Amino acid sequence: MTIEVRAVETWTKPIPAPDPVSAAFWGAAADGKLLIQRCPSCGSRQFYPRAMCTTCGTDPEWEEASGRGTVYTFTVIRQQGAEPFKGEVPYVVAMIALDEGPMMMGNVTGCPPEAVSVGLVVRAYSVEVEAGVGVVYWEPAREGR
Amino acid sequence: MVFPMADRTPVIVGIGLSDYPRSPHLDAIGHHSQATQRALLDSGMAKGDIDGYLSAGMGGGDSESPVSMAEYLGVDHRYIDGTMTGGSSFEFHVQHAAAAIRQGLCDTVLVTYGSDFLSRMGRTLGTGGFGREGQHVQGPAAYEAPYGNTLVGAYAMAARRHMHEYGTTSEQLAEIAVGVREYAGLNPNAMYRDPISVEDVVNSRLVADPLHKLDCCVISDGGGALIMTTADRARDLRQPAVYVLGAAGGQTHWHISQMPDFTTTAAATCGPAALAEAGVTPDEVDTVQLYDSFTITVLLLLEGLGFCPRGEGGAYIAEGHLRRGGDLPLNTDGGGLSSCHSGMRGMFLLIEATRQLRGQAGPAQVPNCNIAVACGSGGWLSCIGTVVLGREHP
Repeated sequence: MTIEVRAVETWTKPIPAPDPVSAAFWGAAADGKLLIQRCPSCGSRQFYPRAMCTTCGTDPEWEEASGRGTVYTFTVIRQQGAEPFKGEVPYVVAMIALDEGPMMMGNVTGCPPEAVSVGLVVRAYSVEVEAGVGVVYWEPAREGR
Repeated sequence: MVFPMADRTPVIVGIGLSDYPRSPHLDAIGHHSQATQRALLDSGMAKGDIDGYLSAGMGGGDSESPVSMAEYLGVDHRYIDGTMTGGSSFEFHVQHAAAAIRQGLCDTVLVTYGSDFLSRMGRTLGTGGFGREGQHVQGPAAYEAPYGNTLVGAYAMAARRHMHEYGTTSEQLAEIAVGVREYAGLNPNAMYRDPISVEDVVNSRLVADPLHKLDCCVISDGGGALIMTTADRARDLRQPAVYVLGAAGGQTHWHISQMPDFTTTAAATCGPAALAEAGVTPDEVDTVQLYDSFTITVLLLLEGLGFCPRGEGGAYIAEGHLRRGGDLPLNTDGGGLSSCHSGMRGMFLLIEATRQLRGQAGPAQVPNCNIAVACGSGGWLSCIGTVVLGREHP
């Protein structure tokens, strides 16, 4: 297990619906692993998971990422009409550049929005929102992690 | 005996806007219909002349699909195209229609758009979120939906990155909204017409940092229609022909989380391609009608199209080129930022560019307007379509 899995009592946010390709990703996230894909033919890494490499078309392979990344860009959502997000403003939506290369969207939690900046080093954790479905979150990396 | 080749150069000969920005008496189909009637009247063509149809659908479900709309409007077509790239759909439609007309697949096309977003959904579009509470989300959207991003938030992430990389400021972005508002003051139908200052924009509340309320477009009702035909057919029509000099499109992603670097759009490829086809350079363009869903959208399109070097959009905007009286007036109808944005604004860019090239823009008329660029952005800076229009035969 490379990323911490945290419990959640109730989940009212949208729930990812696994498909034949993505089921492995969502399942791994629920088990504490952050998976990306790497192409055995051209070496390209990609996220989100797909049935083929977007560079050369080959079947990609799964690769476990370190769970470390940096904030590439972000916004602070201050107006949001949809429940349950409406009650959580302000919160940070960010693009995280994984140490391995690909970028993924996520919330940066565990610090006030003012503490988030481009370049902030962050670490992944996940929340199991339904059996076999983990949603990945980020928080500022602490010393030694 | 030698017959000269028919001149199949594609031209815009009819434009029509439906009632905007608030039209509770119309549904989406009503906007399509009213705009079509007005475009026909404008062109002087008979409805039976139309043998091609293009539209994108969107908010109206199946009843607004291109095939359903062709039935509703009674278009007996031999060419149909339902390309849906979001707000830029109509720039792509002009590209496709121009090729179809040149090729002889059809002679006269109708392009329509209609939306009742404001009357039907209120102002929820930009900040209503993409996922419903507890809903299962399939496909690529599943990698975004749990995080509560908004439409404004997507563009805000592009603005933040541009600021980080190039030092672009909120004040520079605000200048776009200020200039477009000045033109809205000349449009009696515009949703907001009172002048605003840079201070007004940067002091309006943050919706999604770093974008303020006045960095965001209005949400309105509205629709439009275009009629295109051959230069031959246009000769004895009511309006001066506006020539399609170049048209190109491109896509870098669809979902915002797949945008490659958050500062480069497909305008960087399709802009130069459309200008090259037209044989014009950016400094020969007299007015730009650019998709202004948000102030940052305009900045990224300007850089992509080549009106200023990459990263220098902020400084370029601050120099005042885009203002009334500047050398590249922007969104002379008051734009989406102040006048009308009913979800897919690309249609209005083409209509306003045509109005300018005909010399029919009234107090907003750009002097000596010979070449205009309409550039639409669809999705989340995803699909960009550029159309170069001119007053003179190429």
